[in-house]
Amino acid sequence: MTAKKFDYLINGDKSKWEVIIGLEVHAQVLSKSKLFSPSPTKFGAEPNTQVSLVDTAFPGMLPVINQFCIEQSIKTGLGLKAKINLNSVFDRKNYFYADLPQGYQISQYKNPIVGEGEIVLDMPYGTKKVGIERLHLEQDAGKSIHDIDPDNSYVDLNRSGVALMEIVSKPDLRSPEEVNVYVKKLRSIMRYLGTCDGNMQEGSLRADVNVSVRKVGDKKFGTRCEIKNVNSIRFMQLAIEYEARRQVELLESDKKVNQETRLFDTKKNATRSMRSKEEAHDYRYFPDPDLLPLKLEQSLVDKLKKELPELPDEKKERFIKEHNLSPYEANILVSEKEISDYYEEVIKKCDKKLATNWITVELFALLNKKNLSILQSPVSARNLSKLIKMITSGKISGKIAKDVFVKMQVDDKDAEQIVEKEGLIQQSDPKELEKIITKVISNNKDKVEQYKSGKEKLFGFFVGQIMKASEGKANPQLVNEILRNKLK
Amino acid sequence: MSNISEFSLTRIVSGIKKKDFTSEEVTRSFINNSKKSKKLNTYITECFDQAIQSAKNFDKKKDYKGLLSGVPIAVKDLFCTRNVKTTAGSKILHNFVPTYESTITSNLWSQGSFLLGKLNCDEFAMGSSNETSFFGNVINPFGQKLVPGGSSGGSASALAANLTPATIGTDTGGSIRQPASFTGTVGLKPTYGRCSRWGIVAFASSLDQAGPMTKNVKDCALLLQAMSGYDPKDSTSVDIKVDNYTSKLTEKIKGLKIGIPKEYTVDNMPNEIDNIWKQGVDYLIDAGATIKNISLPHTIYALPAYYIVAPAEASSNLARYDGVKYGHRAKGNNLVEMYENTRSEGFGDEVKRRILIGTYVLSSGYYDAYYLKAQKVRQLIKNDFDKAFTDVDAILTPSTPSSAFKIGDKKDDPVSMYLNDIFTVPVNLSGLPAISVPTGYDKNNLPLGLQLIGKAFDEQTILNLSLAIEKRANFNKKIKVWWN
Repeated sequence: MTAKKFDYLINGDKSKWEVIIGLEVHAQVLSKSKLFSPSPTKFGAEPNTQVSLVDTAFPGMLPVINQFCIEQSIKTGLGLKAKINLNSVFDRKNYFYADLPQGYQISQYKNPIVGEGEIVLDMPYGTKKVGIERLHLEQDAGKSIHDIDPDNSYVDLNRSGVALMEIVSKPDLRSPEEVNVYVKKLRSIMRYLGTCDGNMQEGSLRADVNVSVRKVGDKKFGTRCEIKNVNSIRFMQLAIEYEARRQVELLESDKKVNQETRLFDTKKNATRSMRSKEEAHDYRYFPDPDLLPLKLEQSLVDKLKKELPELPDEKKERFIKEHNLSPYEANILVSEKEISDYYEEVIKKCDKKLATNWITVELFALLNKKNLSILQSPVSARNLSKLIKMITSGKISGKIAKDVFVKMQVDDKDAEQIVEKEGLIQQSDPKELEKIITKVISNNKDKVEQYKSGKEKLFGFFVGQIMKASEGKANPQLVNEILRNKLK
Repeated sequence: MSNISEFSLTRIVSGIKKKDFTSEEVTRSFINNSKKSKKLNTYITECFDQAIQSAKNFDKKKDYKGLLSGVPIAVKDLFCTRNVKTTAGSKILHNFVPTYESTITSNLWSQGSFLLGKLNCDEFAMGSSNETSFFGNVINPFGQKLVPGGSSGGSASALAANLTPATIGTDTGGSIRQPASFTGTVGLKPTYGRCSRWGIVAFASSLDQAGPMTKNVKDCALLLQAMSGYDPKDSTSVDIKVDNYTSKLTEKIKGLKIGIPKEYTVDNMPNEIDNIWKQGVDYLIDAGATIKNISLPHTIYALPAYYIVAPAEASSNLARYDGVKYGHRAKGNNLVEMYENTRSEGFGDEVKRRILIGTYVLSSGYYDAYYLKAQKVRQLIKNDFDKAFTDVDAILTPSTPSSAFKIGDKKDDPVSMYLNDIFTVPVNLSGLPAISVPTGYDKNNLPLGLQLIGKAFDEQTILNLSLAIEKRANFNKKIKVWWN
């Protein structure tokens, strides 16, 4: 594959600008109960039904750390090849809001549970390492609802206290596409680990996007703006594009970019100012005196490390080596754990190369069209494997296989049964084929003449006629061989 | 049986067991006293009807298994009690009825005790005179113009006036020991982590600790035993075995080494305080202890450090009282206005002052200079004690730099009010256990207490030393009942 060059720059009127992006991803920890209370975390429950006295901040209530959430964040840290801090501290981030019952969010400020790590991105121009600054645990807030009643706001505290991992990248990203790949890779790692379901529609994954621009060649970063709480990759990309342009326009007309927090308006596809640096909250962070510093045993970290599943990067390497895949193919197949599982199930009993093609072309087209995940695939891995096996053994042709594949999509109907019942077995008997071929040739004598006098393109025409006559069942390889001989 | 209410907790427990009197007789005796004692303003909520019902139930079942079987107890209104209004002495919680019971009160009830009522206290336990309560100040039975101390002033007065056989308070900077000293009663602040904070309205989480307030040392040992223990619901609670304080209680303290810190003195401290301290030393020598002069060099920084750490935590702990979920809510045209009105109306001046101080010291740009420095000072104070305790078994100091002062005397002078905690706050900053035991009187016949500070989780030693002092001081409460 020829390496494309990185080319995402903003062309201003005066200069070319590089876009600098850093992401703070908020990932909901996959856990049955909240970070500091035993309340359930079920999505979509009736308002205020997943709430305890702790989540509502009743007087005298105290937080007790959920050990499972701690282990989930350690696993995530290990998956990001990051340093696990054996000593970390929970702090209070103080601010008033109606859906923040305590009047503070318990978070980690100076001493997060996970330190520096990295994520490797596969870009068309090569691999790119994006640094992870830190990962810390914090509580989610509740939800304010302003559109039920004209005079009052309503508050739903179901999310209040749910555990989030805030994963902060270094300002290493340089384009909306890199952000796309970064978020997908991060989500994939967490799904492999089972630490976050990455469901953006349900708010399990959202991000604050930091954007700044600098002239190509400049070393110093420009002033950045933070776009808060963007909840889809598409919106992140649109927000970055808009924001980078806005900053370039300001700078090229000799104005300053103000450091501020902005919001992305999904209707206008534009960002707008939310609050300036001067208006920024003073969160008055201090260590939460209700919780002791979190001390981890190295043995726990070692144990979790041992139990870590194979992650996308390692799986990719293995696929390239074991299954002889190209890096591009391997990348696609490991992008989601479920896809790689599907692939490995299929290739247990059939040709790997063919399986790769069938999955990445036919199956993906089907899933895309029906908007399904691989787990919802109408064709099971075992069944697809059977189909591919019939192709390699010569029992059916690739063309027939495509028809069979369509039929398999109804109730995952068995590939072999379809072939048997509908008599689709490939015609590979040379005598039978010769009969058909002879007939086609004698019916098209004029074309034979033309072919022989140099119009070699007509070879395809004959093949077509033969396939038609055999109802598509003729073994194409044999047809080619016999036909070539006959036309000599 | 009109004098039951004068009996000690221990005597009442054994009297009920021996059937000298019924639980109902005991309960009625305290209720009668309480009803006649409205002038002291000790109760915020009376639970007299339920208490009589509980007593009757007890008398029917006669289950003597608990340490406090059949005993009614009134508690500081900082402990959340199921279905009983819990105000923390504040307007902002004037209508708050918890659906849950604090671990400490649960522990008492599971030892056979039941609730007599909720006792007045400084608002959110912020105060040293019980003058900051939304429900009015409490009067010290030692004199109608005297404060009972604070913040557990309602508890101390009720105990001294025989309105409850014993009580529990909370101590963040001296809120048990100082009122105990002012009312001639015994008050103990346990080691931080000994008693659960779950269900206690929080003031300053790293300092708050519940403790017993009783008429004598033996009662104190009994009540401490009933309330102590590990609680998985409080992450700062410590899983260390609770001693059998009563069975190990002894005045035989021969050979114990007692430290006398030279820093525990203030300008213009009355001679009487020094004298009572010397008296305490003599009592302990008489009981066989040896005395050693020690130094706790960072003591002078304890009060300023305390008045940074405690308000900082309070400013955050009290953020939840915003009118959104429970308690007082004022009207407002928008959320911020509702917050402002609710908190302006709901909190009193002292609470507001501390929220302001706390917010200030945590603000960016000031954090390092105040909060962080205060935490460093706190560590130095701890180190002082650690070092001292390599050589001594306990430390003896005065409990307070004065006897009970007059109502209104310090109300408008917060610094002079704060100075009243000067001997008690170092203990909270260090997390150590300490007890105030009544030892004598000043020239105005007002009680004075001495403070014994122990090693972490060694409540037994300071109880034993207190017993030795108590036996020798032969402290008699010189209270004339003037308030009926």
